[in-house]
Amino acid sequence: MRTKTDQMLRQILSDVLGLEAGQTDNFTTETGLFGHLPELDSMAVAGLLTELEDRLDIIIDDDEVDGDLLETFGSLLAFAEAKQVR
Amino acid sequence: MKTLGYACPLPSGGTARELALGFDQGRAKRVMIIPALLDEANRMRRFTVEVMRRLDIAGIDCFLPDLPGCNESLQDLAETTSVDWSDAMQAAAAQFGASHLLAIRGGGLVRPNGYPGWHYAPVKGASILRQMLRARLISSREAGREENQEQLLEVGLEAGLELGGYQLSSGMLRDLQSLVPAISTSFMIIDQEMIGGGPLWLRAEPGEDRAQADALAAVVAIGMNA
Repeated sequence: MRTKTDQMLRQILSDVLGLEAGQTDNFTTETGLFGHLPELDSMAVAGLLTELEDRLDIIIDDDEVDGDLLETFGSLLAFAEAKQVR
Repeated sequence: MKTLGYACPLPSGGTARELALGFDQGRAKRVMIIPALLDEANRMRRFTVEVMRRLDIAGIDCFLPDLPGCNESLQDLAETTSVDWSDAMQAAAAQFGASHLLAIRGGGLVRPNGYPGWHYAPVKGASILRQMLRARLISSREAGREENQEQLLEVGLEAGLELGGYQLSSGMLRDLQSLVPAISTSFMIIDQEMIGGGPLWLRAEPGEDRAQADALAAVVAIGMNA
């Protein structure tokens, strides 16, 4: 079963990418994000991270944001889940 | 829909002609829309115009003025502050004889006082700034340049800063740091839950959503008939 964070991250990605609800259901931990989806430019990623902060009530430091974090759905999800535990 | 103009006051005195889109049939109900700011303006523009089409059909005149330094404006954004934006909106509202205002997102940060209306999806200036700074840091990092937010802001507050292709003045950066939506009983907040669907300002590519445009226009039209 998917965690709440997982569902929320899929929802935010749907909003950012303009997908219908459900279309991000087939994203796996290996699905590539930044650098793989052409519409996901730096401004869109910045919006995504800010939305993530608001909805999960977390703070993401600038130095935590690097290529690895945004590489795949799995890496972003792992980061978001770890942030919430703290 | 017509292309209109309004006389926008210049900081140095005098006026410049700025563009506005409008549905004007001389009707009593007249809504002026204050657009979303900077990068969000592009993503929200089509949606905003879709809302205007619906207001027109509902018997409401509506206007969408350009902010100085943005869209078709010939003024230099690098010389513009948020005070110039609010002065411009004040002048436009007076010229179009607005009975109400509808502010979209950051547009609510520069709305003139004295008009009733609605603020759709309010946002703080600091949040807009933070997101634009973050976008710059991400693209710099991609390009192999190391920058940090504090240094960028420090330089920007002295000399201005380019963020997301917008050359922002030091005054504008300072304004964005501190501007928060004004709370007023005559100005109703419309949040995204009332409208439904995914927030269009998050979209990587500008999009539209008929149901959302219907919903926002309905809130305004019903509010004006009440």
